[in-house]
Formats: sequence, structure tokens, C-alpha cells
Amino acid sequence: MSKFKKKQANTKQGVPTSAMPDVVFMLLIFFMVTTVLREVELQVQIDYAVAENIEKIEQKRLVSYIYIGPERLGAGRLGETRVQIDDALVDDINAIRNIMYDKLMEQPRLIVSLRVDRDSEFGIVTDVQQELRHAGTLRINYSTRRQI
Amino acid sequence: MLNRKRKRESADIDGSSLADIAFLLLIFFLVVTTIDVDTGIGLVLPPIPDDIEPPPVRERNLMNILVNERGMVLINEQPAAIATVRERVKEFIDNNGVDPDLSESPDDAIVSIKTDRRTPYNIYIDMLDEVMGAYEELRHAASMERFGVPFSSLSQGSERRAEIQEMYPKKISIAEPDEG
Repeated sequence: MSKFKKKQANTKQGVPTSAMPDVVFMLLIFFMVTTVLREVELQVQIDYAVAENIEKIEQKRLVSYIYIGPERLGAGRLGETRVQIDDALVDDINAIRNIMYDKLMEQPRLIVSLRVDRDSEFGIVTDVQQELRHAGTLRINYSTRRQI
Repeated sequence: MLNRKRKRESADIDGSSLADIAFLLLIFFLVVTTIDVDTGIGLVLPPIPDDIEPPPVRERNLMNILVNERGMVLINEQPAAIATVRERVKEFIDNNGVDPDLSESPDDAIVSIKTDRRTPYNIYIDMLDEVMGAYEELRHAASMERFGVPFSSLSQGSERRAEIQEMYPKKISIAEPDEG
């Protein structure tokens, strides 16, 4: 009996924690490197559509986004379907061609990613596509989530 | 006397709170991070025509898919279920001139998708997804037959990939929707 007791008393308890800061720092650096801080303030509500046969956009710097969805009016209310480019809502849909043309001049291999709310009507998407055709930005991508 | 003074100066900075600081930063970045991968369905729009008549397309080489606002589908004027579209598209593309009503070759085959203005976007995406899926399956089959590897494993920009893509070029036309 006493033998057992002695043995137990001898074992050292506790995990060494001296390497914890190193581990934490490693994680920290990983997240710092991968973080992309949100660039735009979304003013429209977007609930992505899902699809199965999707591809990744590898070169993120070629991408420019157009957001289409119901406008956020605050307090969780939603308004009319609107188009947002960068930080501003577009009032006149015909202005899109100039905006996109300028972007195309800066980046000739531009890919336009259309982030459209799943419940918006296709008509407005077509209007935007027509503007894109006028602007000459022909490579587009319908942003969708992978089907789970 | 001298000995005591030295002892006071050599005091270390306490490093035990380092982990706490690092944790705080870590949690901040964890919360802020959005690892959002850009995924989607890629497409190339046709340029604005400069008053040039589009080349005539023989009717057998064109597959018309019409989708209305309630998600009902017409394929070449015949009602069809959305679940059967993929098989129909595959048959149509991979006909190689066998059936006189379907396409002459995958190179000639054009799939046209037309919607109403009021069709919900997700129905349109479902439709496009089915058509893309049909092409993907055909390319996969061709790749397995030729090279014995799946199409998705052929690296981007490789010769083999280009060859398969040339066999089944994606010719999808998005028609302007009707008012209504």
C-alpha cells in the first residue's frame, strides 16, 4: 500500500507550457497573412446561389465585383433591387459602361464577378450584362457557392 | 554593497503575459478573417455586334432552352423537367450526326438559354449549372478515354487540357430575355 503511494507522489504532473507562445504566434502569423480585410461596405443584401460545376478564380487581382441585390435600408428591412459597384450604388444603369470601361483600361484582363442575390430577377442581370458588353468587359463570372 | 546593486539591475521583463497578448491578437484576426474563395461559373459574353449579321446556324445545331419565371422549361418547344436537361444536352452535343434532329458535331452544337425578365436568378443559375455539368461530364469521359485520367486532374493550360477543350468547346448563348 505504502509502495503505491510513494510512486504516485514521485510522478511529475502538468504539461509544459513554455512552447505555447510559439504555437500561438505561429497561428497568429498564419491568420495575419491570410486575412483579407473587407474592402467594400456592402449596401445590398446578397444571398448566393449554389451550383455544382464551378471553377475557382485563381488570379484575384484581375477580379472586379458587381453586386446586385435588394438594398439594405437598415433595421433589417430590404428595398428595391439595386446595383452596387465598389462603394456606391449605381443610380443610372447606363453609367456602368463608363465605370467598367475605365476599369478595363487599368486592367486589360479584367474578370467581372457578378455577385447576385439568388432571388433577384434575371432582367436586371441582363441589363448589367448588356452594359458590360458595351464596355468590352466580356469575361464574367457568376459568383456561386459550392453545392454541399 | 556593490553586489546588491548589480542584483537589482539585472531584473528581467516578465514574459509570461506574452502568450496572452498573442492570444488576443490571434482572436482578433480569427474574427476578422473571411477566407472567401472566389468560386463561380465562368462565361465569356459575346461582343456587341457591329451591324454584322450573325452567321446562320442550322436548326439541328441549335438547342433552345426556355425558362419561365416559375422555373418551367421548354427544350425546342417541348416541355421538359429541369432534372432531365443534363441528359438531353449531353445527347444533343455528343450526337455526331447520328440523329438528324440533333447536332452534327460537338463543334457545331450551340446551346441557347433564354429566360423571362422575371425569372429568379437561382433558377437561371441552376439551368446554367446543368448545361455546364453536361459539358463537364463529356469532357471527363473524353479525357478518361484518351489519357486515362480525369479531366479535372489535367493541369491548367496544358496541351492535353486544351485538346479536350477543343473537342467539346462550350458554346453557350445567353439570349436576351423577353419583356414580361
